[in-house]
Parts: sequence; structure tokens; C-alpha cells
Amino acid sequence: MAAITALTGEPEPTAGVAGPRGMQAGRRRRLNVFRYVVFTLFGLFFLLPLLAMARFSLQGVKLGTWSLTAWRQIGSYPGLLSAVELTLELAIITCVVVLVLLVPTMIWIKLRVQWISRAFEFLCLLPLTIPAIVLVVGLAPVYNRIRHYNLSALMLFWAYVILALPYAYRALSAGLNAIDVKTMSEAARSLGASWFTVMFRVVAPNMRQAILNALLLSSALVLGEFTIASLLLYVNMQVALYNISRATPNAGVLFSTSTAALLFAFVLLLILSYVGGRRRRRI
Amino acid sequence: MEGLRRHYGPVVALDGLDLTMAPGELVALLGPSGCGKTTTLRLLAGLEDADAGRITVGGKDVIHLPASKRDMGMVFQAYSLFPHMTVRQNVAFGLRLRRVSGIERDRRALEMLELVGLSSQADRYPSQISGGQQQRVALARALAIEPQVLLLDEPLSALDAKVRAQLRDQIRRIQLEVGITTLFVTHDQEEALAIADRVGVMRDGKLEQLAPPTDVYSRPATPFVAEFVGLTNRLAGTVSGSTVTVRGRDLPLVDLSTPPGPVTALVRPEAVTLASDSSGQSGPLSGTVIASTFLGATSRVTVDLGDTTILAQLSTSDATALPAGSRVALTIRPDPVLVSADAPVTDE
Repeated sequence: MAAITALTGEPEPTAGVAGPRGMQAGRRRRLNVFRYVVFTLFGLFFLLPLLAMARFSLQGVKLGTWSLTAWRQIGSYPGLLSAVELTLELAIITCVVVLVLLVPTMIWIKLRVQWISRAFEFLCLLPLTIPAIVLVVGLAPVYNRIRHYNLSALMLFWAYVILALPYAYRALSAGLNAIDVKTMSEAARSLGASWFTVMFRVVAPNMRQAILNALLLSSALVLGEFTIASLLLYVNMQVALYNISRATPNAGVLFSTSTAALLFAFVLLLILSYVGGRRRRRI
Repeated sequence: MEGLRRHYGPVVALDGLDLTMAPGELVALLGPSGCGKTTTLRLLAGLEDADAGRITVGGKDVIHLPASKRDMGMVFQAYSLFPHMTVRQNVAFGLRLRRVSGIERDRRALEMLELVGLSSQADRYPSQISGGQQQRVALARALAIEPQVLLLDEPLSALDAKVRAQLRDQIRRIQLEVGITTLFVTHDQEEALAIADRVGVMRDGKLEQLAPPTDVYSRPATPFVAEFVGLTNRLAGTVSGSTVTVRGRDLPLVDLSTPPGPVTALVRPEAVTLASDSSGQSGPLSGTVIASTFLGATSRVTVDLGDTTILAQLSTSDATALPAGSRVALTIRPDPVLVSADAPVTDE
């Protein structure tokens, strides 16, 4: 009888445990469905215009036909290739300057002068709160003077460094906070490392992913920047595209160049993700 | 270390610490949180600056040298291996900074890894090995540069009990094998007593006692040391001459200069033995078992004496013969006891 009681009594707690588990599984399923729906909707929201743009860039003379003419014409528009070249150079310079400025400074602040970290963060995030047009009002006199000395349009990088600061700062800050900088630096110091070695051979290599993210964000910002270049009368890729759209009835080139720029950004993203991923796999 | 001082704002972390270590000696600094033991280690390593005092290593004053020039190896409480380097590269890091040639560097790194039993893990990354292994690699890395002093800052506190005990023994074995002067900081008294040649018990930035482990345990210099290292029973007693009378029993004093009068005697649980008492007679040394805590080979038995309770540490086989509720007769072994001059325990 006792055995029977024990056996019949057994399922109750099990059922009590299974209940929440069943509920959890159901909740998880619903959450997954919700995730997929949101992901699909947002994916379509971003993807459809891009697909339309790609499709228009491949539009033939007659409606509904396909052609690569617009892609072939990219090089034939005066000033477009040089604008693309300028933008790429600006992206590289901006990335280098941002990293050279931020990486050592942020590591140094983390290691030695933590008390100014808030002020530094505020400074770096400030450009987010200043509209581009206001920045231009401030930058215009400086750039007028630069123009006076016939310096190249590459001088735009100063403005772009300021614009890229908040994004690069956030990416680097996340990377820096993910590692135990203090213990690592103290371990390295006790082994005989100078501060320079600590920064560049111990801390920075462990921020690799964060540095790649900062690079990606900075270069994406420069590739898509229009307002400042246009208002300061420089012709970067976005300004050149705008000029083409105004000057030519053939919108195909506009679309092909924009698609090419976008593809370039995607390829860059893929390369950076691959480099970061390979590193992660190795570890 | 002479007259070492360090304060953080109004808080005095080190208050004129003096400590001399013999070559090849392992000294463990033991004390509660905030007593200044880690500060001592960090000042010695050069990771922090002292407000006053001198640090001399091998006759050379190093107080003004930066951490990178002090020639001290350090193992930290937190895992401190460089995640982007393999185990071998981590161990060779200090040698690389000293411009040791590639082949020699590799040989020394492997030699150190063999010493800590991890040569087979040389090409793994820190994230691919366990916490205990990471600390062993950190030890190998610290030893690879052949430092004058090895500093261990609670290197075992992040590990589980079994690994901790194994690594503790391994650290001691390696330290004896290499013969390196070592300062070991811990808040775990068992660890300190098990590993050190001498134990320094710290309190409020000062050394309360620096002595071999057996002396620290059996002849504590101060009531704080007696209570911090091991368990003690605080029993009311009266000093007269060279003895203290505790519950009708005369026990020799550690400190013969103790003035006569009422005191609190600090009696170790292992100095108390119990025997079953079926007579039912009451007296100052008879009571009732109220609880027994199983500790493995030994058990700790709590006995109610009517006016106070007392702890006795017995072998588990003896303790199981005395379940809760048993009447017992106590015997206090006449070990020298320390007395505390603070308010004696009053018999309720």
C-alpha cells in the first residue's frame, strides 16, 4: 500500500516541475517567433530599397530589360572616380587618426588617470549632440583659411575625426571594459614591461575586435558623409553622386555608384568580421 | 622593509611596517581584509608608492625604482595571463623583454612549464586551460625571469578547495626547489600555516606577530593572533603567579608577566577533551553536548557548561560516541594559554 501511495504520489511534484518547464518552452517558442517576425520585417525594410537600387542600376534602355551600362559609366563621369578616391583616402586617414588618438589615450586614462574618464567620455560624445550644420558654421572659417593655403581636400579628415569620435569611442570603450586592464598591466609591469609595451603589446592586442569595430564605424561614417563636405564646398563621393543626379538624366549611374559604395562597405564589414571571427576561433 | 607607511586619504593602510626575509624563505602575510597585507605586497612590487620607509633587496634600496625595474615576479589573485598569447608566449614574455634569444627563451619557457607540470599545454591559449592551470602558468611566468623575490597575492583564492590544496603544495615544492625568497599574501590561515616558513599576522597596517607557524598557533603573541589563527574558547579565569585558573584548573601562562587578577583565557578547542559522564554530577568541568560539527577526520563538539559554552575538537570516532544530549566531563590540557586583559567573560 505504501508502495502504491508512493507511486501514485510521485507524479504530482513532477507535474508541478513540468508545468513551469512547459510554460518556459512555450514562452521560448513565442519569443523565437517574435524574433523571426521582427528580423524579417526589419530585414525587408532595409533590404527592399537596396534591392530596388541595385535593380535600377541594372536597368536597360527599355523598361524591364537588364544592362550593365550604368556600371560601366561609373568611370566615365568626370570627377566621380577622383571623388571616390578622395573618400577612400579620407576613410583611411580618419581611421588611422582616430585610432592613434583614441587607443593610447583611452588605455592611459584607464590605467593611470581614471578620474578624467568621465570628462573624456563627455568630450568624445559631444559631436553626437552637435548638428552637422552647427559644426560647419564653426568649421567654415578654419577651412576657408586652409583653402587659402591651397591644402588638399584631404584636410576634411579633421572634421571627420571629430564626427567619428563618439562611435569609435563607444566601440573602444566596450572593448576596454571587457578586459582586466589593471591586472594585465600590473602583471606586465612586474615582468619588466615599460608603459609603452604595456599599451601596445599587452592591452591593445586584446582590444582587437573593438579596434576593428571602431575602424568599421569610422570608415562607414566617412563613406556616407555628405553634409559637411557639401557645405564646405569639397567634392567627396556623396557630393559627386549628388552632382551627377542633378546634372544627368541617367539616374542609372547614380544608382550603380551608390550600390558600389554600399557593396564596398559590406565587403569591408565582412572582412573585419572575418578577421575578428578568425581570431576568436583561434582562441 | 623598514618603517613602511602608506595611507589612502584618512585611512592608514600601513603603519610603519618592518619585515626582514631571509634568502630562500617563504613568509606568509595573514590577516583580515583591509589589514594592509596586499598593500605591503604592492609596495614591494612597486605597483604603488610608499609614503615613507625603505625597501631593500639584496642590500640595494629599490624604493624609488619603478615596478618594471624591481626584478620581482608576481602572481595575482585574478587570472593575469595575457589572453592573446599562448601559454608558452606568456611564460616567455618577461624573457623577451630582457632580450633573451629566441631559442634560449623557448627552452627556458618550456623548462618552467615542465616545473609546473604544464609543458603539454604550451601551445594553448589561456582561455583553453582551467583556472588552476592558469595560475600555474602565471607562476611559471613569474619564475621564468629568475626574480630576486617572488610575490604571491592570494593566488589560490579563486580556485576550488581541492585544486587550491594541490596548487598550494605545488607552490611550496617549487619554491623549495628553486630556492626563491617568497612573500605570500593570504587571508586563509590554513594556507598560511601549511605553506610558510614564517607567518606574519597583520592587523591595522602593523605586524602583530611574525613567527614560525607552530609558534603563531601555539604561542600567539597577542589575543588578536590567538583569535584570528584557529578557534579559541574565551573562558573566564584568574591569574595568580605563573598560572591562570580556569574553571578550577590551573593552566600555565604564555606571558609570565601578566599581572594577577581576573582575565579572559583563550583556550584552543583541541586542548579540550571530553569523556562520557554517566555519574550525572555537576561541576565546572561537566556539561551537555548540544551540537557536533563534522569536519572530516575531526569533529567540533559544542558543550553547554550551564553558564557558558565551550568548543572541543575531537576525532570523529570519539565525537560520534557523544551525540547531542550526552552528559560529558571535560579535561583541559595544560598547554600554555594566552590571556586577554579585556573584559573577562562573566559567568551568567
